Amino acid sequence: MTMPFWRRYARFFGPNTTADITEELEFHLDAKTDDLIRQGWAPEAARQEAERKFGDRRAVQRIGERIGQKVERRRRRSDYLIDALQDVRYTFRTLSRDPSFASISLLILALAIGANIAVFSVVNTILLRALPFPHSNELVWIAPPPSECGWSCATYSADAYEEFRSESRVYQDVTGYEAFTTPENFRLTGRGEPVPATGMEVIGNFFQVLGVEPAIGRLFTLEESRSGAVVPNSTAQPFALLANAYWRRQFHSDPTIVGRAIELNGAPVTVVGVLPQSFDYGAVFSPGAKADLFVPVSLDKERMWGNIVTLVGRLKPGVTEAQALDDANRVAPDIYFNVKYPESRGRYKGNLVPIPLKDYVTGKLRRSLIALWFAVGTILLIAGVNLSNLLLARAAARAKEFAVRGALGAGRGRIVRQLLMESFVLSGAGALLGLGLAVVVIRWLAHQGSLALPLLSSLRIDNQALAWTLLVTVLTATVFGLLPGLRIARGNLQEVLKDSGAGAGLGRKHERIRAALVVSEIALACVLLVSAGLLLRSFSKVLEVDLGFQPDHAWSINVEYDDSAPSQEASVLKRSVAFQQIVARVGAIPGVQAVGISDYLPLGPNRSWDTPVPKGRLFAPGELPEPLVYVITPGFIRAMGMRLQGRDFTWSDGPKSERVIIINSSMARRFWPGEDPIGKILMRGDEQDHVVGVVDDVHEESVETSVGAQVYYPSTQQGPSRAQLVVRSNLSPELLAPNVLRGLRELNPNQSAAEFRPIRTIVDHAVSPRRFFMLLVTAFAGLGLLLATLGIYGVISYTVTRQTPEIGVRMALGATGGRVQRQVLANTLRLTATGIALGSVIAIAVARAIASLLFATSPWDLPSYLGMATALLLVALASGYVPARRASSINPMDALRSN
Amino acid sequence: MEIAKLEFLHGTLDILILKALVWGPLHGYAITGFIRRQSDDTLLVEEGTLYPALWRLESKGLLDGHWGLSENKRKAKFYRLTTEGRRHLRQEVKKWEAYSAAVAKVLTAARLPDPEEAR
Repeated sequence: MTMPFWRRYARFFGPNTTADITEELEFHLDAKTDDLIRQGWAPEAARQEAERKFGDRRAVQRIGERIGQKVERRRRRSDYLIDALQDVRYTFRTLSRDPSFASISLLILALAIGANIAVFSVVNTILLRALPFPHSNELVWIAPPPSECGWSCATYSADAYEEFRSESRVYQDVTGYEAFTTPENFRLTGRGEPVPATGMEVIGNFFQVLGVEPAIGRLFTLEESRSGAVVPNSTAQPFALLANAYWRRQFHSDPTIVGRAIELNGAPVTVVGVLPQSFDYGAVFSPGAKADLFVPVSLDKERMWGNIVTLVGRLKPGVTEAQALDDANRVAPDIYFNVKYPESRGRYKGNLVPIPLKDYVTGKLRRSLIALWFAVGTILLIAGVNLSNLLLARAAARAKEFAVRGALGAGRGRIVRQLLMESFVLSGAGALLGLGLAVVVIRWLAHQGSLALPLLSSLRIDNQALAWTLLVTVLTATVFGLLPGLRIARGNLQEVLKDSGAGAGLGRKHERIRAALVVSEIALACVLLVSAGLLLRSFSKVLEVDLGFQPDHAWSINVEYDDSAPSQEASVLKRSVAFQQIVARVGAIPGVQAVGISDYLPLGPNRSWDTPVPKGRLFAPGELPEPLVYVITPGFIRAMGMRLQGRDFTWSDGPKSERVIIINSSMARRFWPGEDPIGKILMRGDEQDHVVGVVDDVHEESVETSVGAQVYYPSTQQGPSRAQLVVRSNLSPELLAPNVLRGLRELNPNQSAAEFRPIRTIVDHAVSPRRFFMLLVTAFAGLGLLLATLGIYGVISYTVTRQTPEIGVRMALGATGGRVQRQVLANTLRLTATGIALGSVIAIAVARAIASLLFATSPWDLPSYLGMATALLLVALASGYVPARRASSINPMDALRSN
Repeated sequence: MEIAKLEFLHGTLDILILKALVWGPLHGYAITGFIRRQSDDTLLVEEGTLYPALWRLESKGLLDGHWGLSENKRKAKFYRLTTEGRRHLRQEVKKWEAYSAAVAKVLTAARLPDPEEAR
């Protein structure tokens, strides 16, 4: 330890600057006086002359004091810095002397802090940050309360949109988009082989309302979504805005594409602009999906289609949610479903509810994310307690060193600072490592396109996340470093020095604290394990849900067909022929078990028509549900693996023959409770639909919610909106896909190379948020368990070391190794049991708080608690076994001699 | 001597102090004496400027101050050149020599330089 250079002089030009200066100046005057006397002056006069010559002594004195203070300040600063540097050097030295301690602590902290940064970034992106639009707090989503009839009940007709827009007074503007757009609804043609593209049909003012500026070109005008010719097989006007990613990928960032025409479904469409990179439609409105381009929806074309648009509004500044709702309730009774039908006036009463767009996008995830945040916070807490414990263990081992340093004059503050410094160095290094981990995780997550979480693509480590990292690190280091520091500083140093052992008195005291720390670690791990257990059980229950179809060994592909014909009848006929050919052609591929076509698939978008009524009965308006509607071909039910009673449709159920339908069992139970629905008749206006079959409920909306009414119509009698071919086969998709596509191209050379998608992915996508949360919480629980193990091991191992002489004596007095071993294990189990008991109480409270996140699992779910207790006990036994082994193999003679 | 009342040119006193200490530690009073004698009583350093200058040099680390006994056995503060101070002195002396030579050359000019030489 080298002493800083100025220390040697500290007491000369030191704290008492004033006295030093006075003395120095006094000497000067004396010397001068002496000289004058020597020159012949009288002593009195000489002194006066010397003082006169000197001038204003006080002024000089003041200057001196100022300089002195400056020096003093500078010294204190460098004093502190040098001490701190010394502490850091010392820390690194001691840490490098104990690499296993250092690396374990570092790893623990890196994992805990990294997990915290990653989760904070997710929470910040999804929950805390505003939506990526200017003044996004003005944006509202306008939808009815949730219902069973899917998207059709969550949307509005073109007439309703226009009236709502003109009648409402609280909006700057209202817009919307066609909610029934499905992936790959367009074909990009005229550039070699047709390529499928997903085009969202939006109302002309969509981007203006959101506040999105084009990167190149212009946006749509409202007129462009009113009238005019539409792109074939769509309700879109021939104008397009390209999504930035699509423009870069498909058009190689060619800026001259703006103003030119591209070909969609064989018709020219003018590209009016390119959207900015910052605009990600899927991230906000349709998590896990992508949009390649945007086209203005033709409201006039859509007018006859019923409910088709979702509404998004931008409120005037200062308008509250309550005011917006009042205004919507005022307007709703006057709004028509279709202005041509006066009786449709007021149909949206109570069905126009504006909520903040942010709530619509992320509201469902709020609880999950907050739970996740707590889980990861618990991990940090456990890691912190663990760090405290390890520091304490080391501090105890170094009690003598501290005592000696104390005796040599190191202040207690200095010792606390030393321990705090260790904690800071470890936490800091842990945070850096953790940040690295988090960056990797975040980057990976941001590219999980199939994960149905909103805004995920904008996930990144930003300044807020960095600030959070800093906060978490400093807090961890301070709280968990201060604890052992204070503990040591309070200990009686003399006692340690006097004592010949490893500090018996202090040791026992430490042990109690360390035991308390381990118990709290176990309790926290307990809470995590129970939460993870409950979520795991929920997830497995979700996977066990009878979807009503078999998602494995089935694939879907979007099929293009041409049913344009002068008359409706001719069109139906043309389509039936085309569908029959497709089903026959693909069905003939060897290894294919079943083939069918539907316009919508489960767990995706859906729609409903009309409200059919059982023949011969009267119902109050609104009493009957509006069923979801699927237009299917014969074979589809078998291809999807749905269970059917009665008969499937056949190709001979033509436009001229009896109208037939298949309904789901929910609808059957609701319409004809306790009766056989087959053969019954449903009335839709004057049309009579004969029920020929009943299928078991298929989960249409989500895996977790209950199922409403569903109706299946044959494509030979009703018009499907598109065609999704479903193929069931045990063949591998690599073999199957080219064969199917070749078959389709033989029938229709225009068929584009659409994606061949396993039906399983639809289910995976639907359960992906739950899987995501479950996996994370389980990972955290595993981490918690690991940390608790380390804690238990550390404390038991330390106890054994401390008690070595005692054990030696006992063994010398005849205790067997087995007995010693049992005692150590019993000690371990006592700690663990205390932790489990404490943890269970907290876990019950936590489980009740997260009850809404569970699926078909009670917060009291016994297996989760039992699983937790078993896991902890096993792990405790394993981690207590090693020290117990060591204890039982102590040689009494050695133990006694070493003391 | 009117010159003695002139303010020291900026920084000049510092060099003189440093120079005074080249042969060993001195206290403040001895430094004034050295400068006075060395300049044949032309440069009289006032106490009001000397001590602040000393302290400033000390705080910059060019001087080291320490207490010792004076010739007549009284406690006095002695100043010693530090290595840094010695280096500083060498530099400043070089600067000063160049400066004074230049000034002297100008002041001793005998005639107006030729116009084409002027720049």
